[in-house]
Amino acid sequence: MTVALKCEQVAKKIVKASPGAVIAADSTAIVVKSESLYQVAEFLKNTPALGFDYLANLTAVDYLDYFEVVYNLVSLQHNHSLVLKTRCRDRDKPAVPSVVSLWRSADFQEREIYDLMGIVFDGHPNLKRLLLWEGFVGHPLRRDYL
Amino acid sequence: MAIRTEPFILNMGPQHPSTHGVFRMRVTLDGEVVVDLEPVIGYLHRGIEKLGETRTYTQIIPLTDRLDYVASMTNNFAYVLAVEKLAGIEIPERAEYLRIIMAETMRISSHLMAVGFFLNDLGAMMTPVLYMWREREKLLDLYEMVCGQRLTYNYMRIGGVSQDVPEEFMPAMKKWVAEMPRFIDEYDQLLAQNEILLARTKGVCILPRDTAINIAASGPVLRASGVKWDLRKADPYSIYARFDFEVPVGTVGDNYDRYWVRMQEARQSIRILEQAIAQLPEGEVCAKVPHLLRPPVGEVYGHIEAPKGELGFYLVSDNSIAPYRFHIRPPTLINLTALKDMVIGWKVADLIITFGSIDVCLGEIDR
Repeated sequence: MTVALKCEQVAKKIVKASPGAVIAADSTAIVVKSESLYQVAEFLKNTPALGFDYLANLTAVDYLDYFEVVYNLVSLQHNHSLVLKTRCRDRDKPAVPSVVSLWRSADFQEREIYDLMGIVFDGHPNLKRLLLWEGFVGHPLRRDYL
Repeated sequence: MAIRTEPFILNMGPQHPSTHGVFRMRVTLDGEVVVDLEPVIGYLHRGIEKLGETRTYTQIIPLTDRLDYVASMTNNFAYVLAVEKLAGIEIPERAEYLRIIMAETMRISSHLMAVGFFLNDLGAMMTPVLYMWREREKLLDLYEMVCGQRLTYNYMRIGGVSQDVPEEFMPAMKKWVAEMPRFIDEYDQLLAQNEILLARTKGVCILPRDTAINIAASGPVLRASGVKWDLRKADPYSIYARFDFEVPVGTVGDNYDRYWVRMQEARQSIRILEQAIAQLPEGEVCAKVPHLLRPPVGEVYGHIEAPKGELGFYLVSDNSIAPYRFHIRPPTLINLTALKDMVIGWKVADLIITFGSIDVCLGEIDR
């Protein structure tokens, strides 16, 4: 059985490594500041006791006040999982750092979020629309699109 | 004087017999050798995630049929499990078993199709596919008995399944399960030692273990690279913990291993089916669930081991009748990330079979 790690405990470890990164940690997820996302992701991947080597799912939700990007992380080695989140409030040009250099599974998934939700992933090597065509206006999965 | 050469860009697809649907790749070639590749997708995009946000939880089930249409009941299964996790619904025992029977036969059916078309891509035009489809056809007859459909079943419901199986179903299913090992032996006899198949697939287009994990490959593609990771064992859902079965794992991660793992998985599915049929209890097939389900505010990520890999559903509920966010994690889209790594330095003909060995379904990639 994949064990969902206790977010509060992992959050404590994160705060030790990069102070001020964690905004909130409840029973389901850890929310971190978007500017420290890459640092936290690197920490989660490279700390041997955590060892999150597998980014199973990456998606985004539009809550109108803010966008939330959700990372479902798994460690195949330890068989445990964690949900990491980050938020951005700017509706005109939301941006989050890319994690493609850590987990390449983020490649298509970040492009998909950019395409459908309009969130820019800084540092993505090839950020362009994935499913819709070039020249399409708007981002359909935003709640205010239709 | 040296001959002046330059790389050649070839557009393969979206209308190409070997691309298993409307898939296009932009391949840069040096002579016949692949030097770069970029998948171009979206030709089958129907906006299923957006559609889902305006439909009730039950109305979404037929939409999931249209993801991986080769194994559509598995998609139903993944989706209803995620909703049940979100709403905290318990389902009757008989429904659990019926779901397992459907999911495992779907796995065999999908693998038969994958291996058949893989051989098609190798140049064994249509003959192996027909052998594989002979058995798949019998399964489709069984599904037709259960729900009247042969492709988009819409059989599972939140809380169970739409109806109990008819009287004549179980004997027919038992007969199919009893016969199937013999047919798998026959496929092995024809293929596993076949000189052409070995020459074309052994050591060809290897996906190293570390790359497979880093790109989050799943299903047979991941296991062929030597990673023992099957969600039925690693994170058991439904009642999989009750069954005794092995997880076949490849050694090298080449095209042969991806073929081999699928054939072995089909054998293991037969084992699960034998146990499930023997243990199948009597009783109700669907729990009492309100027609307009309003799950509590919250979110859930539910994932299962679909034939092609980890199929996940991420749902956010705001306590209304439709999900606030409905996201699908398609296994083959993410497995496709590995295609470029596998084929660079190999010839165009190897690219075609490697693409076949990933076993993609465009309905799921484009959504």
